[in-house]
Amino acid sequence: MAIDFKPSGADLELIDVRKDFPGFTALEDMDLHIPAGEFFALLGPSGCGKTTTLRIVAGLEEPTAGKVLIGGKDITNTKPHERPVNTVFQSYALFPHMTILENVAFGLRQRKIEDPLKKAMDALNLVELGYAAERRPQQLSGGQQQRVALARALVNRPALLLLDEPLGALDLKLRRQMQIELKAIQMEVGLTFLHVTHDQEEAMDMADTVAVMNKGHIEQMGAPEALYERPKTAFVSKFLGQSNLFVGSIVDSNKESLSIEVGGHKITVPKDRAEKQTGKIAIGVRPEKTTFHRSNPKLSSDHVVVGPGEIIDIRFTGVSNQYLIAIPNVGDVTVFAQNVGISPVIELGEQVWVSWKVEHSFGLSDLPAGNEDE
Amino acid sequence: MKRFSIGKLTLPVYSFLAMAFMLIPIVYTIVFSFNNSKQRTNTQWQGFTLDKWLGVCNKPDVCSALGNSIFIGLVSTLIATILGTALAIGLVRYRFRARALVNLALFLPMATPEVVLGAGLAGLFFNAGVGAGMVTVVIAHVVFCLSFVVVTVKARVQTLDPVLEEAGRDLYANPTQVFWKITFPLLLPGIISAALLSFSLSFDDFIITYFNSGSVETFPKYIYVAAARGVPAEANVIASAVFIAAILIVLITQINGAVKRKRMLKK
Repeated sequence: MAIDFKPSGADLELIDVRKDFPGFTALEDMDLHIPAGEFFALLGPSGCGKTTTLRIVAGLEEPTAGKVLIGGKDITNTKPHERPVNTVFQSYALFPHMTILENVAFGLRQRKIEDPLKKAMDALNLVELGYAAERRPQQLSGGQQQRVALARALVNRPALLLLDEPLGALDLKLRRQMQIELKAIQMEVGLTFLHVTHDQEEAMDMADTVAVMNKGHIEQMGAPEALYERPKTAFVSKFLGQSNLFVGSIVDSNKESLSIEVGGHKITVPKDRAEKQTGKIAIGVRPEKTTFHRSNPKLSSDHVVVGPGEIIDIRFTGVSNQYLIAIPNVGDVTVFAQNVGISPVIELGEQVWVSWKVEHSFGLSDLPAGNEDE
Repeated sequence: MKRFSIGKLTLPVYSFLAMAFMLIPIVYTIVFSFNNSKQRTNTQWQGFTLDKWLGVCNKPDVCSALGNSIFIGLVSTLIATILGTALAIGLVRYRFRARALVNLALFLPMATPEVVLGAGLAGLFFNAGVGAGMVTVVIAHVVFCLSFVVVTVKARVQTLDPVLEEAGRDLYANPTQVFWKITFPLLLPGIISAALLSFSLSFDDFIITYFNSGSVETFPKYIYVAAARGVPAEANVIASAVFIAAILIVLITQINGAVKRKRMLKK
């Protein structure tokens, strides 16, 4: 059995992959292409099918239908040990009956690579754990075990490295540190990384491309900035950061923009930022793109203004203050104000107007849950 | 002045009596293995000697019975351990229709009175036309040892994280290699304790053996028969030796475990 190992990563392609489990469908006609050398993140809530996708790529799960290609080669019907793929498991899955060094050398020994112990030692040094080579996994901390798991996978120079929420069990500080290290290692070795996570910050921080998954399919895929600036569905707008969403029928449309009416307010979105241009649509804006005013700001038509409303909640989060403003007939609007000492001192119960630039609005292709009637 | 209290003495006295009650037969057996008995019986102290220990096989029946018991123990343990380990893995890892039934069936030999199991097997062998002998004893022993092996190994399989095996498959090990390099070493402590348990059950068994062994003499059978005419001192020697060996095995594993734990803590 010859496994095609490349010095650098290979691309991964999923074609119409479907996975049915008894009673439910975990994946629906999933199409995905990850170019070689890319750091790709699958982001989604638990149960969205992201781990199933990963397991299908690793060969630990068989797809009900569809194809998996690595480097253009169909590997759908090969066994896990025949695939040029390695996984960093969520629980690390280090072999408790072997030393750290033997753990890392395991894959090399299986493939009868020369000098497995020396190469394993090099990999351990890469993750700065050379000094722990003779220890047992259970003698290491969570962060150290995570690094061993990474070394054990990386040392094989797989065409594709799969990471199954590998940082989930670490505390926040260690997680941030490991994110930086992981990204640095990926740049250094140039392998293709497929990273599965439910932590949106982690995905945005590390990945070149993020695919947001929901209920067995990909909702939206793109560079982190693009996803954040232009979420296309209600799910993505809420899962990736926070959003204020307004739902209404289009009342006004010109060459550049379209507007809906919500509770007597006109909310406008540029046409090139709107996914859907007819009927009832949802328009959103990120809370940090909004500001509030003590009096009606009377701004020009390149701004959206809603209000007045009452401040019903104020939260201090350190870098910013979060205000929740209840606007009659519109709903609750969240405003983030940077904590730079210039935002007005405001108290609960005060009446304010909220505004943002039209160019910051985004129009969704679907409606948030509860608005589907029509 | 300290007051004398019966209450304070009760526990130590009671404990001492309980220990003595349990240990007296064992001490008696060991002490009388050094008895220089001349007659067939070994009930009266006639002076200290090492002759019985050094010439334990001078009475040929004792040693051949012991040899048979060891042989039967080893063979039935080997078969029961292999079958039981496979069954335990299958029962924990795979969902199949008759799983609950197999689980129940495995518990039956443990719950059935030995007399019933022994007599039932004997009847079965008789009907099948298989003459009682070495083969039937081994089969009978495998039957009752198997349950204990499955229960012991199953507990170990349940604590084994299947992700470890997946990691092995992911690291280029085929299913056979995964079993021998990951599953088996991790189950080994459970398999070893199952085998030890199985051997001691087999070695110790009298009732089922009595029904199914025909003319094959095992050590417990020999003692039973000999007891009618007075157990020879050689039997005491073997009983003592088995007891001491068992204690030594327990001690060695305990010390070994303690040393390992200490070494782990040091690092």
